[in-house]
Amino acid sequence: MKKIPPGWLMALLLTLCFTLATVFVPRATWWNEVPRAADWNKGQSAANNVFKLLLGEGRRLFANEMFDMADAYFHSGYYPSIFDQSVTEHDVADPAEGKTEDESSTSDDFLGPPPDWLAALDRQFVPNRHTHLSSGGPSGHVSEVDVQEILPWLKLATDMNPQMIDSYTVGVYWLRRLHKPEQARDFLFEGLHNNPGNSELLFDLGLLYDEDFHDASRARNTWLAALRCWQAQGERARTSVDGKRLYDNITMNLAHSAAIAGDWPQAAKYLEMAKQVSPYPDAIQKQIDEAEKRMAGQPGTSKP
Amino acid sequence: MNTIWALTGVVIKELYRRKDLYVLFVLTAVITLAAGSMEFFHDPNIVRYVKDLCMLLIWVSALLITITMAARQIPAERESRTIFPLLAKPVTRGQVILGKFLGCWLASGTALAVFYLFFAVITGSREHYWPVLDYFQAFLLQWIMLGIVTAMTLLGSIVFAAPSSTVTILFIVVAGILFLGRHLNTVALHNAEPLRSLIYTIYFIIPHLELFDVRERVVNDWGLVNWLDCGLAALYAAAYTGLFLLLTWLGFRRKSLT
Repeated sequence: MKKIPPGWLMALLLTLCFTLATVFVPRATWWNEVPRAADWNKGQSAANNVFKLLLGEGRRLFANEMFDMADAYFHSGYYPSIFDQSVTEHDVADPAEGKTEDESSTSDDFLGPPPDWLAALDRQFVPNRHTHLSSGGPSGHVSEVDVQEILPWLKLATDMNPQMIDSYTVGVYWLRRLHKPEQARDFLFEGLHNNPGNSELLFDLGLLYDEDFHDASRARNTWLAALRCWQAQGERARTSVDGKRLYDNITMNLAHSAAIAGDWPQAAKYLEMAKQVSPYPDAIQKQIDEAEKRMAGQPGTSKP
Repeated sequence: MNTIWALTGVVIKELYRRKDLYVLFVLTAVITLAAGSMEFFHDPNIVRYVKDLCMLLIWVSALLITITMAARQIPAERESRTIFPLLAKPVTRGQVILGKFLGCWLASGTALAVFYLFFAVITGSREHYWPVLDYFQAFLLQWIMLGIVTAMTLLGSIVFAAPSSTVTILFIVVAGILFLGRHLNTVALHNAEPLRSLIYTIYFIIPHLELFDVRERVVNDWGLVNWLDCGLAALYAAAYTGLFLLLTWLGFRRKSLT
């Protein structure tokens, strides 16, 4: 058989590489493309990313691990292992869920006193104190910007499981706290692209428009969309604790928005809706009374 | 002592003649640089995940280099029959063991230094600060740990038939200690007697290699470990290294070379 000259082989390989590149580059760009605002309600329910291509649906198994990694980074590595008998709360998610950033949570001292001299020595070589990246970190004087270190894990968690809503909401909370509203908005668009009509994400988007972009009208419209999507959910989702909390948040923000616009009848209507699910109905009743007083003071208005 | 140094020199030369170090270094560099080139939320200052990945690769590479290198030293000498002229120099069997150990340990230290230099350059260029002492301490502790691993592997190469079985068994043992070692006492407490005492005995017998793993501290900027604690850990490592070398010598002394 005639030997092919190396130059020809090289040319053939280069041609093959070029052909493959022209085929794969557009596909690879599409895998990692961030959806635009216009795309977020197109009904595509799954992210078409590189992890899906490599791992298939099995990638969802790793999403919780990625979320745990974000929490571990938030604690600068001081984190219980599977051998430590401890109920792990995700402190990284607490502020995003409206809870206070509690320094002494369940993961505070999961280690307990060292049982032997070897364990006591070992603890000198590993992170051994409960700290939060957002409040000083291990040294006590880490800037809050360092909390950005958790973001890659939250992004990976959403890549692994695009239906994991907590990863989006927690990521958006910290992006907003790091004064990155554009990135937070893009992340929410990505979440909505993968979870069309998700009322929690729509609520967060409204909050972002209201507080970071100071666009009250867009915020109100987004919250109205969130309310519609919430009402379109099944009975079980609406009566769950989280579902009620979300309804309370949406209606309260809509009421606040209407009150700022001077639309007191609408504000009272939303407050009445919030009262049905709120854990503080008396406080809301006071606000309703206040709204009705204002309504009565306005010429040409009637009680709703 | 000159005899031991001569043997040591041969082992170190072997490190850069073989391709293991270069392949593992290039692999570590490529994976780290690829991970570092990723940008999350348009923020170029996010760095800890790169540090984490690079440190993990350094640990894996260092263990690979050390175990494969130490496992083949004595079997290779026996297989190629160079052990006979070596022992006829005259060199005692104890000197062979010491020379091989020192050679492997220094060679793994050299390789580790190259990896840590790369790590420092990569993280420094992204973080714009250089905690040199922290990196030096991490390097030193890991190198001390590699001393125990080298001695363990030399013992394994005397006990097991072929270098491949030594490498496989040592990898399982070392990985087992690194992953489970520090949790064995917790596991023991959740078991009934006599299993509890058995697990606790294993816990106190095994060399706790995970003591020397300060990756979490380096990645999350926890600062330096107290040097006194490092000294205690070094004494602990010296005791185990000495014990394994003694056992290797005892085994090698009675071993037939034919």
